[in-house]
Amino acid sequence: MRTAIVDHPLDPTALLAEVASSESGASTLFVGTVRCVNDGKDVTGIDYSAYGPMAESELAAIVAESVARFGTDRVVVEHRIGTLSLGEASIVIAVSHERRAAAMDAQRYLIEEIKKRVPVWKREHYADGSSWVGQGS
Amino acid sequence: MELNVLLFASWADALGSSSVTLTVPENATVADLLAAATTRAVGRSLPRPLVAVNHKYAKPDLLLRAGDEIALIPPVAGG
Repeated sequence: MRTAIVDHPLDPTALLAEVASSESGASTLFVGTVRCVNDGKDVTGIDYSAYGPMAESELAAIVAESVARFGTDRVVVEHRIGTLSLGEASIVIAVSHERRAAAMDAQRYLIEEIKKRVPVWKREHYADGSSWVGQGS
Repeated sequence: MELNVLLFASWADALGSSSVTLTVPENATVADLLAAATTRAVGRSLPRPLVAVNHKYAKPDLLLRAGDEIALIPPVAGG
């Protein structure tokens, strides 16, 4: 397993290759991307920022929980920070497991917990301004 | 005692800084710190944050010590 907060473009194919194994019957790849419309507003880009040390440790803790729950340590998660354009990947999660159901369950667990717990924030930019997502400002 | 508190996202923008020094009583808890932070931010429309102490989410009754790394964590939006 490996986790990282990075400030460069993500390479989903490379992460998928990193977890692949002949012992696996399934590999799953989740790619979160910047969407062009949110809450009815046209988004032009997003700035992601993080509380670096805690984001790293919380991400690692979530992956460790996933390993214990779903029984595979062939997990790689990278979260990008910085300024992202429409369609660019903000997060990639690759999981490989003997069984497809466990691979998919682990993936779902990882993304849902990451969204709840990892201290990362996004500021959406629009044609006419910007706002922090989920913060009422 | 005086505590240095890290700020992020809307809180950092509203207070114009990535950290702030808050004065709390000796043996202050996380709840005391939140009260001091709320007072500092009075009049601004900010989401209620969680508090992280030494990179972990902290419960309201946790005692704070000089030297702890303390951060206000507004609602996260990663992924």
